[in-house]
Amino acid sequence: MDRIKTEELTGAEIVIRCLQAEGVEVVFGYPGGAVLWIYDELFKQDKVRHVLVRHEQGAAHAADGYSRSSHKVGVCLVTSGPGLTNAVTGIATAYMDSIPMVIISGQVPTHAIGEDAFQECDAVGITRPCVKHNFLVRDVKDLAVTMKKAFHIAATGRPGPVLVDIPKDVTVNRTEFHYPETIAMRSYNPVRKGHAGQIKKAVQLLLEAERPMIYTGGGVVLSNASAQLRDLVKRTGFPVTNTLMGLGAYPATDRQFLGMLGMHGTYEANMAMQHCDVLLAIGARFDDRVIGNPAHFAQNPRKIIHIDIDPSSISKRVKVDVPIVGNIPDVLGDFLGLLKDAKPKSIAGWWKQIHDWRSKDCLKYDRDSKVIKPQFVLEKLYEVTGGEAIVTSDVGQHQMWAAQFYKFEQPRRWINSGGLGTMGFGLPAAMGAVLANPGATVACVTGESSIQMCLQELSTCKQYRLPIKIINLNNKYMGMVRQWQQFFHGNRYSESYMDALPDFVKLAEGYGHSGLLVDKPADVEPALREAFRRKKDLVFLDFITDQAENVYPMVPGGKGITEMILSEDL
Amino acid sequence: MRHIISILVENEAGALSRISNMFSARGYNIESLTVAPTEDASMSRMTVVTKGSDDVIEQITKQLNKLVDVVKVVDLSEAEHIERELMLIKVRAGAKERDDVKRMADIFRGRVIDVSDNTYTIELTGDGAKLDAFLQALDQSAILETVRTGASGIGRGNRILRV
Repeated sequence: MDRIKTEELTGAEIVIRCLQAEGVEVVFGYPGGAVLWIYDELFKQDKVRHVLVRHEQGAAHAADGYSRSSHKVGVCLVTSGPGLTNAVTGIATAYMDSIPMVIISGQVPTHAIGEDAFQECDAVGITRPCVKHNFLVRDVKDLAVTMKKAFHIAATGRPGPVLVDIPKDVTVNRTEFHYPETIAMRSYNPVRKGHAGQIKKAVQLLLEAERPMIYTGGGVVLSNASAQLRDLVKRTGFPVTNTLMGLGAYPATDRQFLGMLGMHGTYEANMAMQHCDVLLAIGARFDDRVIGNPAHFAQNPRKIIHIDIDPSSISKRVKVDVPIVGNIPDVLGDFLGLLKDAKPKSIAGWWKQIHDWRSKDCLKYDRDSKVIKPQFVLEKLYEVTGGEAIVTSDVGQHQMWAAQFYKFEQPRRWINSGGLGTMGFGLPAAMGAVLANPGATVACVTGESSIQMCLQELSTCKQYRLPIKIINLNNKYMGMVRQWQQFFHGNRYSESYMDALPDFVKLAEGYGHSGLLVDKPADVEPALREAFRRKKDLVFLDFITDQAENVYPMVPGGKGITEMILSEDL
Repeated sequence: MRHIISILVENEAGALSRISNMFSARGYNIESLTVAPTEDASMSRMTVVTKGSDDVIEQITKQLNKLVDVVKVVDLSEAEHIERELMLIKVRAGAKERDDVKRMADIFRGRVIDVSDNTYTIELTGDGAKLDAFLQALDQSAILETVRTGASGIGRGNRILRV
């Protein structure tokens, strides 16, 4: 087939050329009618690697995990109709946690749009509430610039997923290809620098604080501001807590770290949060799982400084005294500059109070148990991996225990669905993490209920030899649901018990992997060591754990963060 | 409190739904919404009348600004502004009601723009309260049909909203 002009490319070719120009190495996807031409072009080149998932939800989660563990934009490619609708859960998951992703979806040909064509759905309409932005490309001439915009929007400002919906005829039509180096949009100009006056005011507040507290969220991880945060914490000597999304931004083994805060946060972190007189919030959003009831939180007077790239995150649930909109590394750089020659007040009394709270040892559990305690598995996982693993998780009790007991020293090692709380996230996210970090140790902490929600991806793991270690905490219950039912619904365990569970060992073997059933505490560590010794294999570890174990501390929904239910062991 | 928010938005397909979706998804109230292209055809201007506490209005303007298609947002009610709304109203106007209806329309500076044997269609502009007052002033049983555009607004004096 002769081309009229060398630069005239089909839409499908343009899509691939754009991905190459963006330096995209891996695309997670699943082919179908509307994207056949794009897949045809993928076939003809070898720069962009395609990973074939088994369900489009897996593609979106894998792209998400790829991004979270690498700071690159995750890319997935799905066909029209059900391809796109299957991906929606993954897109919404990424949106809630502000993960930069580009989703390319096929669409029926432009002339068929609106005619209820086969595999047609209103992709931009369906995804509108769960993307940062989306586009329907009606003309091949707009394709390259739209792709550029998509990557630009996804990765800048407060990051998020961007969908590009491409009708099939657009992938066939030809135009000259030119990929813009940069893009300017009058309606989209995220700020970087924080307001100098506000920063000065904030630093002044920090210097005068008697009971200061630093509270940081996913924004610090996403903006790669961990180094600046560490400097700030060391320079000030202040206590620091991370949200579920922010773990790893500050090393968990450091004395100034009070652990995670929130619904299942530590006693000391929640108490310090409530009783501080100056609170520095960085890239966090005071959500319901973090500060509980805002009215209760407001009972103690304190000055709040809030740094965030997204103005709408500031003063949304909690009124803030010093708002600073900006890119966190830039703003913290300014903070550090101003703090160079200044010395904060002595806060020895505050630290003494915090040590008292800490001495409660709120994460204590029964170490002499005859059945496997889930916390014990996580502690051993931490030991066996030397704290160096990338840990993905699903959603529920196991997620909270992983957050509490695996001590993350570095950012981008803890990968979980914090905002949307998507069961089924863990395994595909781990696939993304392996592909973004070849050679890294990757563990997926999950439960027998969550793992079954994207179990089909075991097949993908086989195809691409992804040596994930699956840590299945199997208590035969949807553990977190059971816990709420025990606490708040009079022990009526409505539909939270799962009968007829599969034999996970055989199941793993059926997919060509190996599995190991572990039902004695003494076998936990040897099993973990054996699994992680096998660097090239996926190993499914099915730990039969205590069915009655609960996550403590727990702040009941709607309560204040100091109104914690503590373990009976305390 | 009632606020009139003016929004300049890229004249792209779906821009209107992004904005109305945001209001419904976050539970904000829309009393009225009008939209039309501006003198610069690449942009539309939208006027949204909404109600909420200061905190809610602050969130609404922030959330609007966050939408990628939105170029500029101004809360007109923060300062002096003019608000107008157009209403078309069809009233029963047989031989015996005609004079009364016409007189009332004149008082409110409305214009009769269509006439049939037994109806008048009146065009009336003003702020919302004036249109309400006109409806109140009419014999209620004579009102056959009304349609209102929702408010449009513009800042007074040198207050200009443009890119």
